[in-house]
Amino acid sequence: MDVPIIELTAVTKSFGPVSVLKGVALRARAGEVTALVGDNGAGKSTLIKGLAGVQPYDTGEVRFAGELVSLSNPREASRLGIEVVYQDLALCDNLDIVQNMFLGREETVLGTFDEGEMERQASETLRSLSVRTVKSVRQKVSSLSGGQRQTVAIARSVLKSAKVVILDEPTAALGVAQTEQVLALVRRLADSGVAVIMISHNLIDVFAVADHINVLYLGQMVASVETSATNSSDVVGYITGSKTYMGASE
Amino acid sequence: MTTHVTSGVRSDDMIGSGQEGTIGDQVRAYLQRLRGGEMGALPAVAGFFVLAILFSILSPFFLTERNFANLLTQAATLVMLAMALVFVILLGEIDLSAGVTSGVAMSLFVVLSNPGGLNMNWILALVVSLLSGVLIGAFIGFFVAKVGIPSFVVTLGLFLGFQGLQLIIIGSGGLYRIQQPEILAIQNSNLPEWGGWAMLVIMLLVSLGMAFLDRRRRTRAGVVNRTIAILWIRLAVIAVVGGVIVGLLNQNRGTGFLAVSGVPIVVPITLVVLFLGTLLLDRTKFGRYIYAIGGNAEAARRAGIKVVGIKWAAFAICSTLAVVSGVFSASKVGSVDAAFGRDIVLSGVAAAVVGGVSLFGGRGRLIHAAVGALVIAVITNGLGLLNLPGGVNFLVTGGVLILAATVDAVSRVRAGGALSRR
Repeated sequence: MDVPIIELTAVTKSFGPVSVLKGVALRARAGEVTALVGDNGAGKSTLIKGLAGVQPYDTGEVRFAGELVSLSNPREASRLGIEVVYQDLALCDNLDIVQNMFLGREETVLGTFDEGEMERQASETLRSLSVRTVKSVRQKVSSLSGGQRQTVAIARSVLKSAKVVILDEPTAALGVAQTEQVLALVRRLADSGVAVIMISHNLIDVFAVADHINVLYLGQMVASVETSATNSSDVVGYITGSKTYMGASE
Repeated sequence: MTTHVTSGVRSDDMIGSGQEGTIGDQVRAYLQRLRGGEMGALPAVAGFFVLAILFSILSPFFLTERNFANLLTQAATLVMLAMALVFVILLGEIDLSAGVTSGVAMSLFVVLSNPGGLNMNWILALVVSLLSGVLIGAFIGFFVAKVGIPSFVVTLGLFLGFQGLQLIIIGSGGLYRIQQPEILAIQNSNLPEWGGWAMLVIMLLVSLGMAFLDRRRRTRAGVVNRTIAILWIRLAVIAVVGGVIVGLLNQNRGTGFLAVSGVPIVVPITLVVLFLGTLLLDRTKFGRYIYAIGGNAEAARRAGIKVVGIKWAAFAICSTLAVVSGVFSASKVGSVDAAFGRDIVLSGVAAAVVGGVSLFGGRGRLIHAAVGALVIAVITNGLGLLNLPGGVNFLVTGGVLILAATVDAVSRVRAGGALSRR
């Protein structure tokens, strides 16, 4: 457990003259929830898109389980087992849960679907995440609530044994009870041995579920701290730049 | 990825699949889906029977063997065109040029094959006209998928342009009679009596075989199978309905000394296209991706689906099947002129919508479009028998279309899909 599954060192990214990431370091460990917080424009999305291979970093080092890797395209990221659940979820309302979970990677026999196999894997994945909120895996996604959709999107990301799951604002636009359910799911996901990187604006959620908190401020990682070693007002201070992080006590 | 679930056994913490339970449970679940707005072709099927009953009361000619066979051959062109359109409508696109595409392709066919024209081998000419359909579809697909112009605009442009192309190919005022007995046979000849029964037996065997293949795959994967009684009921319905239809068509319906009987040849051709198309849409990646793009193109793109390629192929299939509908029409009418195929495309769209295919994309099946086309055909057929003025036909068809669109909109609100979009 000593080697972090994801280790970024001094990554940078510029768009023309605008430097968005100015040498950022980030670590994520298997079995932990690593929160990534920061104000709008701090560079959270850019950092994530680099990990997903959508927008590769300009310079810097990416290590995956200790090995140097180049995340130059999305295929490379998903080959390593890095999956991103975007805020707008990207589910097809007109398809059912199994069809959404397998979209783009269906199981086939002789060119036709093996629906039984897909159904089994889908319900086993949901069961392994202790999901009890959905009645049937053959429900259309259009009939699901916001929390259930988030559940399906997360289950989709771990279906093919993902090692790192990046969640972009998983609790935004959810009600209280549904937020609770999704946070519990995030926790179980980490407990099952996945490294979870969670972007959130909601510090209550972050403190409820994260093991480690990283704060981005104007393209720099200004704080990286154990959740137990900090408190909400300090983190707000780091996010707004009104407070300076004095170093970790690892 | 924990343990395998043994077949049939279901622990309480397992999430269902909607396939569990007795016939009663299945029927209740089906009614639940209906109330939830997933009605499929049910309103269209009901509409078909209501209209059929209405016309059989109003006209003594409606419920005759002869008119029944007539109805099927009249409907065949529209059924095929509506099924063609489903491929692009599912994407949330439209092809307004499908009718004139069939016109251009059939003009090409008659000019190439007729003795008065280039006198080419008719099979070769047919292949060329089908290929011209593929080419036209690829052309539309290029502008829609690659360049990014709305399909409404591209195909409206082609709708106008192809009328001119057709005029140039066929010559102004030109009219070519279809000379090939094989083409004329499609709509005007019938299977022998045993052929109709054989067709029905093959349908039943294929349904049975596919159902058992599905059940075997599900059993192997260790997931619950639907109670087998549902399968027997479905096969019994196909057998009874199909048996009545084949039985009726095998009666002598000739008016003179010549006996006419049997299932029109166009019927098995249409069924084969329906079967293969449904297979493609329901059971292959290509079909699933069409639904996915129609439901949420961005989600499809992020799932790694090559959206441009799928759209391209869908437009090519649509145009090609439109040419097949043109062959049916040419066979029925017996000739091709410069206006061939011009008026039918909106009826094709209407048929798909009446059958329950959503113009917003992502919802609908080929069989829905086929049933919708039968509804529109039965209106035309029935009103024709009543000797009403021609305007009434259009009024009624338009009314049915708006009624169907209303049913669609209301069911979408119920299904929850529309709420988020409005």
